[in-house]
Amino acid sequence: MQRNDKKSIATFMLPASILLLVFMILPFLMAFGFSFTNQRLIESPRGTQFIGLTNYFRAFGDDLFQTGLKNNTIFVLVVVPLQTALALALAILVNIKVKGNKIFRAIYFIPTVTTMVVVSVIWSFLYHPEGLINGFLTIITFGAWDGIDFLNNTTTAFPSIMLMSMWQGVGFQMLIFLAALQEIPDSFYEAADIDGANTWQQFLYITLPQLKNTTTFVIISTTILAFRLFTQVYVMTSGGPQNSTYTAMLHIYNMAFRRLNIGYSSALTVIFFLIILVISIVQRIVLNDTEEEV
Amino acid sequence: MKNKEKRKILAYLIMIVLSIFFIFPLFYMISVSLNPDETAILRNMASVRAFFPGEISLQNFFDVFDRMPFARFLFNSTFIVSTTIIIGLVVNSMMAFGLARLRWKGRALIVSGVVALMIIPFEAIAVPLLLITNRLGWLDSYHVQIIPFIANPLYIFLLFQFFKNFPSELEEAAIIDGANWFGIYWRIALPLSKPILSSVAILHFLMQWGSFLWPLMVTRGPEYRPLTVAMEVFFGQYPRNWGDIMAFAAMITIPVLLLFLYLQDTYVNTVARSGIK
Repeated sequence: MQRNDKKSIATFMLPASILLLVFMILPFLMAFGFSFTNQRLIESPRGTQFIGLTNYFRAFGDDLFQTGLKNNTIFVLVVVPLQTALALALAILVNIKVKGNKIFRAIYFIPTVTTMVVVSVIWSFLYHPEGLINGFLTIITFGAWDGIDFLNNTTTAFPSIMLMSMWQGVGFQMLIFLAALQEIPDSFYEAADIDGANTWQQFLYITLPQLKNTTTFVIISTTILAFRLFTQVYVMTSGGPQNSTYTAMLHIYNMAFRRLNIGYSSALTVIFFLIILVISIVQRIVLNDTEEEV
Repeated sequence: MKNKEKRKILAYLIMIVLSIFFIFPLFYMISVSLNPDETAILRNMASVRAFFPGEISLQNFFDVFDRMPFARFLFNSTFIVSTTIIIGLVVNSMMAFGLARLRWKGRALIVSGVVALMIIPFEAIAVPLLLITNRLGWLDSYHVQIIPFIANPLYIFLLFQFFKNFPSELEEAAIIDGANWFGIYWRIALPLSKPILSSVAILHFLMQWGSFLWPLMVTRGPEYRPLTVAMEVFFGQYPRNWGDIMAFAAMITIPVLLLFLYLQDTYVNTVARSGIK
């Protein structure tokens, strides 16, 4: 019995390796391959041909896809900073040593274990033209608020989905920040106390620098999630009104599933993946930089 | 001292206001689901009265069972999720064990391969996977929702990191006693890995229970449809009956919520782990 027993190695490695190979690596490579063809989901009588870069040229001229990517980018620019800041604030809040902070922590993460489809359905009702949010706005404006159909209005539909997504997701990042906060040694703050640093200075010169890696991780993972945006927009607006909530993933789904055009949607998938890849590489570079500094 | 008291009160105030923000949609769901009177739901939907239904009954819940095969959807989701998690725990931990405890050439390369695979989001393989499973004739089945989601590079990596930290004396006694590697894995490594196994199970559960895009693509009828897609289909039927919709939503949400509140500390550790990469 040795550590390099071939039969044992094969037994342990094979099941997962085969599954990863067939259901992850193979489809991943196929996406690249298909993107140069006119592959259909149901084989057409004329068969599948190699069509070079046609799909990619088409993607660059595809207004709907551009709209989708633009919306994803807006989502990133608005949601990522807000959600990261809110998550950090929540983490600091529930990290204060007061009675019941564990209960508050639980309340804040409850939305993260609520399924996105359910969240979308509940919020659709809250955003109803005669719904609770309009009612609330009418009360706090003493009746000045007219009430709008949030999800049917090109200016409010996407921000409404953003607010809901933050409500659902922020608890997860809060817990990540909380774990990182608890890693910072108390002695850092004690030393700062002796030096006479106030709470704000301690936050600025101890907490923030110590959280640099965590913050990078949170920002990048939220950015990637923003590019994967699908369920909320599918359930709540199907991308409307007038494509104001259309996303790249929705377009890929529509091209593959409604148009059955595997070739073209594969090209879109490849572009989508390259965006994710660039974001991930940026993360690795930033994280490696900080490791060298330490 | 007084300043400190003031701060505490301020912290409580902020925490309570935020709690209301995070909890009111779920209270709203529950109170609407308990209200059997649809006209009252619509009349009171914008006011505080929506949170206090005049008459409380489980009628909406019974309606959901009458109007659709809810029990079937519940079974589908439960079956798909539990099968994926159980097989996944075995398969992923086996590969992690093979990478962490056995010595062979190319191990390091495979580990970096696994790390690289973590970057690929499911959305980037969904389209070709649809074609593959379609050609295999797998559409509209349980296994199309299970088999592709068993092996997962993130879980393999998390387990690998855990196994790697075992001291090597751990197996040596067992090796002298003539145990084989599978015995060591099954009787020594797994029982020592409960915290990481539960973390991986939780992450896997959240991913599979909320899965929407894939079952939307591969299920056509109610037979193999999971709760998420069934919820969306029901939500898309007009005229909408909000009482029934919320009862449906509550039945998906409440069991999971109770489970996670019960497992609170494990869940918190799990999320913390997923942040350390």
